[in-house]
Amino acid sequence: MISARDLHKRFGHVEVLKGVSLDMGKGDVIAVIGPSGSGKSTFLRCLNHLETIDRGRIDIEGETLVDTDAQGHCRYVGDADIRRICRKMGMVFQQFNLFPHMTVLQNVIEAPITVKRLRREQILPTAERLLAKVGLAEKHASYPSQLSGGQKQRVAIARALAMEPDIMLFDEPTSALDPELTGEVLRTMRQLAEEHMTMLVVTHEMNFAREVANRVIFMDQGELIEDAPAGEFFANPCHPRTRAFLQSML
Amino acid sequence: MDYVLSLLGPLWQGTTVTLKLFFITLALSVPLGLVLALLRISRLRSISTAVNGYIWLMRGTPLMLQMLFIYFALPFVPVVGIKLPDFPAAVVAFALNYAAYFAEIFRAGIQSINKGQYEGARVLGLTYAQTMRRIVLPQVIKRILPPMSNETITLVKDTSLIYVLALNDLLRVARGIVQRDFTTTPFIVAAAFYLIMTLVLTWIFQRMEKRYARYDD
Ligand SMILES: Nc1ncnc2c1ncn2[C@@H]1O[C@H](COP(=O)(O)OP(=O)(O)OP(=O)(O)O)[C@@H](O)[C@H]1O
Ligand SMILES: [Mg+2]
Repeated sequence: MISARDLHKRFGHVEVLKGVSLDMGKGDVIAVIGPSGSGKSTFLRCLNHLETIDRGRIDIEGETLVDTDAQGHCRYVGDADIRRICRKMGMVFQQFNLFPHMTVLQNVIEAPITVKRLRREQILPTAERLLAKVGLAEKHASYPSQLSGGQKQRVAIARALAMEPDIMLFDEPTSALDPELTGEVLRTMRQLAEEHMTMLVVTHEMNFAREVANRVIFMDQGELIEDAPAGEFFANPCHPRTRAFLQSML
Repeated sequence: MDYVLSLLGPLWQGTTVTLKLFFITLALSVPLGLVLALLRISRLRSISTAVNGYIWLMRGTPLMLQMLFIYFALPFVPVVGIKLPDFPAAVVAFALNYAAYFAEIFRAGIQSINKGQYEGARVLGLTYAQTMRRIVLPQVIKRILPPMSNETITLVKDTSLIYVLALNDLLRVARGIVQRDFTTTPFIVAAAFYLIMTLVLTWIFQRMEKRYARYDD
């Protein structure tokens, strides 16, 4: 589904990604963990072109988004193709990024109407089903400012799902939430995983990584240090830096 | 009292000139200001700098001077030199001047929108134009209502500057009668006319602010 090869990214003089590669199959649920500043968010944001890479190659479902030639020139496909390819990935942010001037329902149906040019009647049943699925059917007329953090994040998930992505990217979806509200969001994500959604999740929730993810990758200082099945990763981490990080999380 | 009533006809005549200038200026300068604001924040350095220069010029010189220039001096400028009749000359000066003020209000409003809104729209597949039209600008409206209210009220009063082109707006008509009848009553009636206009504007903006208060950022 996603193939990233040797991604390099620098901000000014800081090299944030130092050659990260990842292959993700259909139905994979991969948790990305690592210390703050290790490049986890940047990695995710490069995959859907919120950041541009300096070197490397990204393929999404067999289509090349960006490639680097022998001379080291990094080339993206055209703007329309970028949008079309990236639309296969939905994304959920730490800060929700809901549209505050729209109701919950309007947030969910906005992109299907504006981007996919569906008529309101065509998307309404889907939107209602998705809101019911995240447990917010009765909140459809509320504005985001009237919701709790956990509810906001569940709306954000429904909004992303309304575009029917094949892959969902999550960047610390529970980090901005009060501890007692993380459960409801994690439950929604767990349910998605059980429906075989392909998911790439940056998270500090070790229990989620352990119980829901089938693979866990550990990043540190711009490098992908370890990539292992979840059970193995926690039971028997290979790399000393992984072990040190897991120790510090306990 | 009869005297006051006799003033209403001529002063209303003047008010129609004032209102005409007000509405035409608003209709031209709001869209023009929006275009300028979008160009100003564009990544094209040269365009952004040019727009910046334009805004500096229009805000940095008196509106009256701009109006006099367009009416009296523009005809002698090579290439672009055209002779405009008095009212169109005033409209052009007002529209160009107010567009600069509106552009700054819009720019500040657009830049106050969180980067996350753009990213949220982008990952859903919206183009830049769609993001502006559907996500950013609707939120900008709410934030710029107070400065827009100020600016339009100022516009009502600025219309009186067109007396220099000998156009018979509300204030010039009033002054004519004052000089004819040796009484200041027409000024007081004219003041009441201005106050009613600004009262209506204030009321409209309050209604809009209430409407937009339905959501919080
Ligand atoms: N837009 C930017 N401009 C400059 N530097 C940036 C930018 N975004 C990220 N960085 C830097 O890149 C490095 C990696 O950041 P990134 O956000 O990817 O880390 P992270 O692993 O997601 O950390 P966290 O767990 O704190 O979210 C950090 O040193 C950060 O300061
Ligand atoms: Mg991060």
